[in-house]
Amino acid sequence: MDWEGIFGNLSPASFFNFSFLGEYGTYILQALGYTLLLAVVSVLLAVIPALLLAIMRLSKNKLVKGISGAYIAIFRSTPLLVQLSIIYFGLFGAVRIPNSWQLFGFIPMSRFIPGVVALALNSSAYVAEIFRGGILAVDIGQTEAARSLGLSSWSAMKLVVLPQAIKNVLPALANEIVTMVKESSICSTLGMAELMFAAKTVAGATYITLAPYTVAAVIYFAINYPASKAIEAIERRMRRGDKH
Amino acid sequence: MATNTELIRVVDVKKEYNNGTVKALNGCNLTVHKGEVVAIIGASGSGKSTLLRCLNMLETPTSGHIYFDGVDLADKNVDLNLHRRKMGMVFQHFNLFPHKTVMQNITLAPVHLKLKTKAEAQQKGKELLERIGLADKANEYPNMLSGGQKQRIAIIRALAMEPEVMLFDEPTSALDPEMVNEVLDLMRDLAKNGMTMVVVTHEMGFAREVASRVIFMDSGQILEENTPNMLFDNPQNPRLKDFLSKVL
Repeated sequence: MDWEGIFGNLSPASFFNFSFLGEYGTYILQALGYTLLLAVVSVLLAVIPALLLAIMRLSKNKLVKGISGAYIAIFRSTPLLVQLSIIYFGLFGAVRIPNSWQLFGFIPMSRFIPGVVALALNSSAYVAEIFRGGILAVDIGQTEAARSLGLSSWSAMKLVVLPQAIKNVLPALANEIVTMVKESSICSTLGMAELMFAAKTVAGATYITLAPYTVAAVIYFAINYPASKAIEAIERRMRRGDKH
Repeated sequence: MATNTELIRVVDVKKEYNNGTVKALNGCNLTVHKGEVVAIIGASGSGKSTLLRCLNMLETPTSGHIYFDGVDLADKNVDLNLHRRKMGMVFQHFNLFPHKTVMQNITLAPVHLKLKTKAEAQQKGKELLERIGLADKANEYPNMLSGGQKQRIAIIRALAMEPEVMLFDEPTSALDPEMVNEVLDLMRDLAKNGMTMVVVTHEMGFAREVASRVIFMDSGQILEENTPNMLFDNPQNPRLKDFLSKVL
């Protein structure tokens, strides 16, 4: 069979040509740090607005409910890349962040902040739905008991419903971080030096076109797979705990 | 009975769902005086729980008035939270807060609403727990308790607010049979001590023994209202006769 004719000069070895690791290993590790920072910070930033959106979504006031619904609809129905571009060129085209501001010496804030803001705004729409589900999953009897004791609807939410809802949604929230570790790769298109960007850069600099991406894939997998397995295990334990 | 002992007066309360296609309450009138124990009986779906839940506005009536201490709770300008404090409610499924200890369940509302300091509320909680013989459970979480214990704690959680009336929504229906009596005994004890109570129940023996008045409901209406002896021994309404023939 004429393998050369089908695959051109792509040999199986080109998947595994890791000769660049010596020179670019540190760079790739830094990029991994960038990726993790993007994912964790944006989900953490998303928590408070998401909570607000979820509570608004469950409000009886049609306007309040509508605003939250529109936000969630917009961010869930448009591509993240489009959102990122609009926020990067639009919002942060108007609000300039000095190039000299750096995080840990290798992350320029002028790129990191727009990236995190876009990811957080996007994530808050998804996390809002997670919270909404979590709040609705708390038995209505809990609210009724709290209200029958004379607590206001906000006090009942804050003291009785939310503590139970948040415990229930912690695994889903952790899953959202896993999702963001992957989704944040889109930030490479705007020059944020995270893992995907590093792979592209190494491929360009070394003319090794495939193996840098293999390395990126392996790293993503090595982080996300164990993380989601751990979350699953925690979820199973929580379910067991709820039974008695 | 003199009108100055009147605590709750329900006037022509209707509750409709789905734009009036479902009528859960079809014009109910009821007066509860201080110190009375009113039992509400009737088949499932007769509207008895709905009526009870209207008393503290957990269910908003479609029309009608609910006067509590002379204030119409159905009036939208009334601060319900203020009045609900004085109406303890006990639910079929207990509804203890699972993320709080027994003591925290009891002290949460009095402390949060600044009716008592934490120390006062805990003292009161301790006394109430001692009264029901569960003082040793103060720091347990509800999931460690039996159904009967949960319900008794739900009752004293309501009592900790020092209510003027206690509303019971089928308090023993979700209990294993061997736990029914410990809950009924506590309710008997409350009645004996003069607590005003409205009890939706399937326990005919309890209604007969403890209630000062029994109300029979069917399809959203109060069809008969009498002393327990009269209502159980000499029922007038054919539907009440039919109901009693099935449950007694």
